[in-house]
Amino acid sequence: MAQIRYTKDHEYIRIEGAEGVIGISEHAQSQLGDVVFAEPPPVGKMVKAGDPAAVVESVKAASDVFAPASGEVIAVNSDVEGTPGLINEDALGRGWLFRIRLADPGELDALMDEAAYSEYLKTLG
Amino acid sequence: MNAQGRPTRPESFSDVALETFTGNRALDMNEALIFETGRFDVSGVDIEEPAPFHSRLGPCEREGALDLPGLTEPEAVRHYVRLSRNNYSIDAGIYPLGSCTMKHNPRLNEKMARLPGFADVHPLQPTSTAQGALEAIEALAEALLTMTGMSAVAMSPKAGAHGELCGMMAIKAAVDARGEGEVRRVVLVPDSAHGTNPATAALIGFSVRPVAAGEDGNVSLKAVEAALGSDVAAIMLTNPNTCGLFERQIADIADAVHEAGGYFYCDGANFNAIVGKTRPGDLGVDAMHINLHKTFSTPHGGGGPGGGPVTLSSRLAPYAPAPFLARDADGLRLVEHAQDSRSFGRMSAFHGQMGMFVRALSFILSHGCDGLRQAAEDAVLSANYVRASLNDVMSAPFGDRVCMHEALFDDRWLKDTGLTTLDFAKAMIDEGYHPMTVYFPLVVHGAMLIEPTESESKASLDLFIMTLRDLAFAARAGDRERFLRAPIFAPRRRLDETRAARHSVLRWTKPAPFEG
Amino acid sequence: MRYLPLDPSERKAMLSRIGVCDVDALFDDIPSGKRIEGLLDMPPGMSEMAVERKLSAMASRSVAAGSVPFFLGAGAYKRHIPATVDHLIQRSEFLTSYTPYQPEIAQGTLQALFEFQTQVAALTGMEVANASMYDASTGCGEAMLMAHRLTKRRKAILSGGLHPQYADVAATLARMAGDSIMRLAPDPTARETIAAEIDDETSCVIAQSPDFFGSPRDLAPIAAAAHARGALLIAVFTDPVALGALRSPGEMDADIAVGEGQGLGNALSFGGPYVGLFATRTKNVRQMPGRLAGETVDADGRRSFVLTLSTREQHIRREKATSNICTNSGLCALAFSIHLTLLGDLGLRRLARVNHNNAVRLAERLSAVRGVEILNEHFFNEFTMRTRRPAAELIEALAQRGVIGGLPVSRVLPGAGLDDLTVVASTEVNTDEDRAAYAGALVECLR
Repeated sequence: MAQIRYTKDHEYIRIEGAEGVIGISEHAQSQLGDVVFAEPPPVGKMVKAGDPAAVVESVKAASDVFAPASGEVIAVNSDVEGTPGLINEDALGRGWLFRIRLADPGELDALMDEAAYSEYLKTLG
Repeated sequence: MNAQGRPTRPESFSDVALETFTGNRALDMNEALIFETGRFDVSGVDIEEPAPFHSRLGPCEREGALDLPGLTEPEAVRHYVRLSRNNYSIDAGIYPLGSCTMKHNPRLNEKMARLPGFADVHPLQPTSTAQGALEAIEALAEALLTMTGMSAVAMSPKAGAHGELCGMMAIKAAVDARGEGEVRRVVLVPDSAHGTNPATAALIGFSVRPVAAGEDGNVSLKAVEAALGSDVAAIMLTNPNTCGLFERQIADIADAVHEAGGYFYCDGANFNAIVGKTRPGDLGVDAMHINLHKTFSTPHGGGGPGGGPVTLSSRLAPYAPAPFLARDADGLRLVEHAQDSRSFGRMSAFHGQMGMFVRALSFILSHGCDGLRQAAEDAVLSANYVRASLNDVMSAPFGDRVCMHEALFDDRWLKDTGLTTLDFAKAMIDEGYHPMTVYFPLVVHGAMLIEPTESESKASLDLFIMTLRDLAFAARAGDRERFLRAPIFAPRRRLDETRAARHSVLRWTKPAPFEG
Repeated sequence: MRYLPLDPSERKAMLSRIGVCDVDALFDDIPSGKRIEGLLDMPPGMSEMAVERKLSAMASRSVAAGSVPFFLGAGAYKRHIPATVDHLIQRSEFLTSYTPYQPEIAQGTLQALFEFQTQVAALTGMEVANASMYDASTGCGEAMLMAHRLTKRRKAILSGGLHPQYADVAATLARMAGDSIMRLAPDPTARETIAAEIDDETSCVIAQSPDFFGSPRDLAPIAAAAHARGALLIAVFTDPVALGALRSPGEMDADIAVGEGQGLGNALSFGGPYVGLFATRTKNVRQMPGRLAGETVDADGRRSFVLTLSTREQHIRREKATSNICTNSGLCALAFSIHLTLLGDLGLRRLARVNHNNAVRLAERLSAVRGVEILNEHFFNEFTMRTRRPAAELIEALAQRGVIGGLPVSRVLPGAGLDDLTVVASTEVNTDEDRAAYAGALVECLR
């Protein structure tokens, strides 16, 4: 069973063994509105936790996607580059952005699980 | 019915057909693109083909035709007149866009700018043949210095953002000259600033350190002091700020910045509020651009051209860009190269937006010292009148505080209506008004920024206020249809901006031949 | 004051609604001691007639290009502009509207911009154009920064045929941004070998055709050399009418085209406002600066136009924007577009031919004058003349005889050892009489 973790900036990372699949949360996509552009990082890039790694844009907003964890980008979702609306339709599924090989799985402990994240959203009002 | 059998009263129908054969709606025309109606074998300009001659174009001569159809003159006139009728304009009604200063554009200014001695002069003519044009630049420059109390003015920047770039380049040059270029790399920018401020700072390699505004909408001395350090090159502050408020502690902030070794860039976008009331030079400003298309009424033209002269303090004046004016026994001349001076270089070809200079000068001469002050007072009076007349039905983020030239509201009052600032704005369109600036400044949620300017009569302001009050009551009363469907009566309904961005069509292309 | 509708009693009523007794109370936030007591040290307001009298007198102290034989170009061109153009751009709805932020009531501006973009793309042979820049010199600097973003390199090579003031602008920007620039020596006879200078650090080559000295250049080999090293070609032109006769930047495989649009629809106006043309390939559009109008539909499904891809711009991206540009050159772009619509390809080609013909005839006349050498083998409507007498002096002497004879190269390139060169232009406005007057005056001045 895959585990999912969230950041305070509303990225998620779904942990699949030694790898993580990264995208923006359901809450983030609804706040952003219709996504019109998504730019995942290039395959092979080393990302560091907290660094801007990808960009998603709606008509009136541009938003950096910060890497929830460090590692090498091993795959990107080319479907969202052509059809950015996938992020609105299915943020946690077909709207994923990129996949990394986790450099330090220990970093994940600092992130929120599903329950903590939904509590966190409540505090945002 | 009259004696000729001509009906003189309309009949009434309850079910009006909304579809027309042409797609037009009376004066509201569906106008085709020139590429759909133009032809390749016509031209609206008669040009005689020269007699055959030996071409000296060489190997780069063009072969194929360009995809540029032509229209005859009557077709072209009709096309552009029809297009124009789909535009709102200041000539047709109040244009209360906050931070944009959409005031009346006197036609005298247009006439003056077209005098051949200004309009038909080449920028590289011998200066002995361009004295009149140079005199106009000098006269405007002097007026700007008098109004701002600054030491020098760079006339060449093309618009406000270009002026910001000029001012920040002068600051960078000054910091470099002190040998601190490697150390002072940070620029303080309040989070309420216009987007051009951080973009400008970043363009020339500064990093931006945000400063939060206080509860009262002002940047506090304390917040600035906390952000200041030996790494700070400058602060970029808008005054009056983007919330329409005068920065009360501006003089103390200027002192603190200077003491810390930094410079004070003032965004002059809102200068209209204070012309003749206070001088930025007296407030400690080191550089301030002036949007000629705002304060001095050069027409916005659907998005430009603008004009952005930058006034400079004595500390920055030596670094001003080339060209600049000098006067000697032979009259005015241009210093176009500045190798031997500390000038930071050149911002653009030639000498600036001459056409805009003449318009601004004509505006300033017409007003004079008395009219300019009156204009500032009327602009501030009108904005406060709007504020005081609406703050019982809408919500103002800074309560009853007096504003300068623009009144800011937020969307707290819409909270339980299910409506947004955008819905409210679109409903104003149906009432025949251009909406105010919306969602700016970013620091206020659902911002609505109203700048009536000094050009509105009291009757015009009263009707505007009554309309907004009526809309506010309708919103509170739950009449959501009126807002969500709006605009209904405009040449277009709301546009699908998502589609425009996802499937960008940025030019006309020939439709593929029909296959079937 | 004729522009201010409020009268004293209305002002009083408004103050009482606000709840203050006098207008100065509204300015209380200005620190005391920093307020202006009394009036600014300027003359009081003037009537329309008085302003007109003063400014007309001032204007009369310039020599209007249309009043003399006029042969000066170098980035700004004296043209005959159809009367329709100025009439249409003075319509209130175009002249006095703002940036089209509310598209439902700004379709006139938006459709005109969409048409302008399409025309610029067609003219330059590129795929997509923006809604204009301030002018070509600033557009050139923006193109350089765009190339840096696209290639992730920071070195530009500037041809010696690039307009010297455009090169100055790029150099200022590069110095301020900490980027490097290689500015090749002024090249009046188009002999430089740019390709040899391109290395793996090079982001772009900026080259102009026709170049500053008037020679059309085949930029395709430079494009090929640049592309082979992963660099871009920015192709610059100063007169849009030249593209009625010469191959376009797109045909020469440029990645970005930058041009001055003044030469269509816009007055000389002593250097501004002008309109920068800016076009590129579709794949680069997200790194392009400036506003863009795009096509979409409204809620009723009607074709409509709207500003789009605005997440590139400063009002959303702030310090991460592609450019700090905000205002464009809307009304000048409209004037350009109307003039080009009236011309069409047919008229543009004819206009270009007349320009070229006039320049050829001028070159023939001037080269017959003793002591004059024309340097260009090929040219469009502008060429470079060498004389024994220093050009600056010569042009001043010609001006005293009522002829504006061109640009002394030393004015824009002082100290470059080119004091004997003058750049001379001829457009459709010049007549046989103008040419005779020029040749006659030149004979006298070179005697």
